[in-house]
Amino acid sequence: MQNGKIDKIWQILGSVPDPEIPVISVVELGVIRDVQLIKNEYVISVTPTYSGCPAVKTFQDDIKEQLKINNINNFKIEIVYKPAWTTDWMTQETKEKLRDYGISPPEKNASCPQCKSKEIELISEFGATACKSMYKCNDCLEPFEHFKCI
Amino acid sequence: MTDIEKYILRIADTTLILSQRLSEWCSKGPSLEEDIALSNISLDLLGQANGLLEYVSKLNGEISPDEYAFKRDEREFYNFQICEIENGHFGDTIIRQFLIDIYFKLYYQELEKSKDETLSALATKSLKEVSYHLRHSSNWVIRLGDGTQESKDKIQKSLNNIWKYTGEFFEMDELDKKMLKEKIGVNNKTLKKDWDKLVDETLIKAKLKRPEDGYMMTGSRKGIHTEMLGKILSEMQYLPRAYPDAKW
Ligand SMILES: [Zn+2]
Repeated sequence: MQNGKIDKIWQILGSVPDPEIPVISVVELGVIRDVQLIKNEYVISVTPTYSGCPAVKTFQDDIKEQLKINNINNFKIEIVYKPAWTTDWMTQETKEKLRDYGISPPEKNASCPQCKSKEIELISEFGATACKSMYKCNDCLEPFEHFKCI
Repeated sequence: MTDIEKYILRIADTTLILSQRLSEWCSKGPSLEEDIALSNISLDLLGQANGLLEYVSKLNGEISPDEYAFKRDEREFYNFQICEIENGHFGDTIIRQFLIDIYFKLYYQELEKSKDETLSALATKSLKEVSYHLRHSSNWVIRLGDGTQESKDKIQKSLNNIWKYTGEFFEMDELDKKMLKEKIGVNNKTLKKDWDKLVDETLIKAKLKRPEDGYMMTGSRKGIHTEMLGKILSEMQYLPRAYPDAKW
């Protein structure tokens, strides 16, 4: 019964999109570390991507809202820092979703998400959000965002 | 205030005040990419400050993280003086960032071994971020140092001017010694050797001359600052002090 509820919570969390990259969920992003029942309360452990990422606050609010809509009210969100978030937690399937969305996923040998070319050039180590840098493709000449490996 | 609270406030204030300074570049960067880069670095540092202030607040039990940031006066801040100095031109900001990024990297590497689990976890997280910042700042030091005669002259001057603020990184006062003995804090003195080495590696590539260690600014561990901190605080703290119950 309780395990069923924990599965249900994971399922709900799986439907909460990343506020900045809506094609992946917060579960796929890897920020949900654990869901546990402790003294009649579901404790959801969340880890920030980057210390200052403004989306962390937003997705916490989104999670609260979705759980309440699904009549789950006895929960709390706990921020955990260890182990530190890493893009290694992202599955290949999630990486492909990013690529289809036009963001080059976090992998060592980045390539252009448009034409798959490896002939790319770094434009800026920082991008529109903390998790991305900016590249340009020297084949199709399209600029694109790269999800930084961290 | 307990010893550990004061110890954490030093790191928290250093990240907070540097973040506030860097945020002044937002919308004024020399190029769009650099505007975004400096703002992103500022945001990372603000996040680090927030994590540390939340921890101090939890230990203290009475003062909220916002109260630490917005309700203290100059003499109650313990950030390094290097964080307060004005942004100057882009080269000044890059040199300041480069010197402190190397310090942060070495400091967090040691703090990671702290027996205090929260501090250790925050250090691990921050270490990833500052290592990335260092890549950015050192690339720029090389580009400007090994660039045109004008960029070289300018950044050499920045380096010479800012050097005197780096002595504070390696001081050990009574509190540092106590925290080190309790295996919570870091031995700052031993960071100097690696810091020198890392600084030199980049300066050689940048064809810049390393300044001599001469007179060094000091005082922040006792809450003594340059006159610039007051100006930063008056801007940073204005709104919550003028409208104490203001909400977004
Ligand atoms: Zn391409």
